[in-house]
Amino acid sequence: MELAYGHPKSLKPIQTKYCPGCGHGVIHRVIAEVIDELGLQGRSIITNPVGCSIWADLYFDFDSVQPAHGRTPAAATGVKRVLPDHLVICYQGDGDLAAIGTAEIIHAANRGEKFTTIFVNNAIYGMTGGQMAPTTLVGQHATTAPFGRDPIEAGMGYPIRVLEMLATLGGTKYLARGSVNNAANIRKTKQYIKKAFEAQMRGEGFTMVEILSQCPTNWSMDAGESVEWLEKNMIPFYALGEVKNTLEEAAK
Amino acid sequence: MAEDIRLMKGNEAIAEAAIRAGCSAYFGYPITPQNELTAYMARHMLTRKRTFIQAESEVSAINMVYGASAAGARSMTSSSSPGVSLKQEGISYICGADLPAVIVNVARSGPGLGGISPGQADYFQSTRGGGHGDYYHLVLAPKSVQEAADLTYEAFDLADEWRMPAMILADGLIGQMMEGVVLPADRDLAKLPKRPYAVGHQGETGREINHVSSINLVPLELEASVRARFERYAKMKETLVRFEEVQVEDADLVLVAYGTSARVSLGALQEARKAGLKVGLFRPITLWPFPEKRIAELAGKGKRFLAVEMSMGQMVEDVRLAVNGKAPVDFFGRTGGVIPTEDEVLEAARKILGK
Ligand SMILES: Cc1ncc(C[n+]2csc(CCOP(=O)(O)OP(=O)(O)O)c2C)c(N)n1
Ligand code: SF4
Ligand SMILES: [Mg+2]
Repeated sequence: MELAYGHPKSLKPIQTKYCPGCGHGVIHRVIAEVIDELGLQGRSIITNPVGCSIWADLYFDFDSVQPAHGRTPAAATGVKRVLPDHLVICYQGDGDLAAIGTAEIIHAANRGEKFTTIFVNNAIYGMTGGQMAPTTLVGQHATTAPFGRDPIEAGMGYPIRVLEMLATLGGTKYLARGSVNNAANIRKTKQYIKKAFEAQMRGEGFTMVEILSQCPTNWSMDAGESVEWLEKNMIPFYALGEVKNTLEEAAK
Repeated sequence: MAEDIRLMKGNEAIAEAAIRAGCSAYFGYPITPQNELTAYMARHMLTRKRTFIQAESEVSAINMVYGASAAGARSMTSSSSPGVSLKQEGISYICGADLPAVIVNVARSGPGLGGISPGQADYFQSTRGGGHGDYYHLVLAPKSVQEAADLTYEAFDLADEWRMPAMILADGLIGQMMEGVVLPADRDLAKLPKRPYAVGHQGETGREINHVSSINLVPLELEASVRARFERYAKMKETLVRFEEVQVEDADLVLVAYGTSARVSLGALQEARKAGLKVGLFRPITLWPFPEKRIAELAGKGKRFLAVEMSMGQMVEDVRLAVNGKAPVDFFGRTGGVIPTEDEVLEAARKILGK
């Protein structure tokens, strides 16, 4: 009898270091499933960022390149230009992508670099212990926004909708936002990732999937509460769905 | 068949030598006085269907180098002092991940934005591991357009052999002036040294998975890997040190200078000899590893030294370390983009010799 559903080959069968309820592990699994379905394990490379998911290279069963904080898209550019027939995954957190690495992501997107960015938006700096991220919501608490993110009096700025910002750039071909709060959204997120990976392998241009993800530890919640919080607060601000899709007609 | 001699700017000769050495990925950002290098790479790398990117910053450029090197390319970036400061983060990571790369600094004068005239005040930054952490990398200092081309060409092989960045520390004068140069032969990209640690093509070969990374949170393991790197450094100090000597044997005073200030010092030496002064020239070609043994030997023979630099005195500290109190070491320098004259150097030599 054929096994219909099992552990993805591209993901090692070991326990992760991620906290209970963390979104990174689910996102890793979905990526690995898509890679298996596309038969790309031996031709995949991840650039794993500085952030909690720096550990991604322990879990994915394929090659990896670990760059400096925020420079992930620059390093992924170097890798993909040298290995254009490989699947290159530029995995980034919100601090990595939308704060320290803002220049790198904008210009990689604008050049139409043919890798796929997986942007894990948990509205917080996970690894360093809960500081405010560019995507932290107004009023949301962080160790560096102890009274809540205050854009006006404290001058903490507003949460950045990265995809909407990148959508204006000519090099971007596919930008979609998913979430890992429930099974239905995980399935949709997987479809977005698959479209993005397929587009990458056709060499269409810059593709990115943003994924809303729980960080129960730094949101000071248990796993269940964090899912609820994401649904009540993040999804209304960061609308789910395809933000831009200018892929070849057939692929849409 | 040997190539004809051509008249070329230093920046262009460096670029052409890199292409011939098999550079397959170049990443740059505009800055004076090295702009001809990036422009040359744009035209000639694109024509050859190799990777050329004008990056959004030097920070990005060096990280593109990191990725491209990790993926197996002979990759390179070039810049000038302020831009090389920005690259230091990336250089630390490249050293931490033991990747080869070639970095060219056509140095100007600082600090800050400083000026665009030639300078040698980046010696500390280049030779001390200008970023964070315990590391060094190869630093080669050319004195002419020919040597700039030759050292760049060789830098790619040395970087591969020692798994570290090789830096060419030139200055605005070497980059901008035109001289005759005979270029080395074109390398066949298919025959370059293999990198078993690079990522890519894993499925075809079935090798173990490769992780290119500089992180290790286990102190004892990290210490062991840093120590292993330092063993490599020790071997480099044994085998790689290079210098040029001119009339050192009978000299009472040895001028120590590299790059442009070595050219000036050579002129001063010739004038000094005409005047009957026993002046020699010691020119380090590898700034790291520094020719400390040979300098110590010369100090042991009773020579005294005059370091000549286009800075307030940086390499002179390495000379003093090498001499270790066995002989007097003096310094003459001009800075801010001022190139010392032969007369000034001669005058400084005369004072020391009391003649
Ligand atoms: C240059 C530099 N600055 C700061 C840090 C510290 N640092 C490590 S991870 C991180 C933030 C990570 O947050 P995010 O990108 O959102 O990833 P997450 O952990 O939330 O998944 C920071 C600031 C660093 N490693 N390097
Ligand atoms: S701190 Fe947050 S992002 Fe990091 S592993 Fe824990 S839950 Fe995940
Ligand atoms: Mg985060």
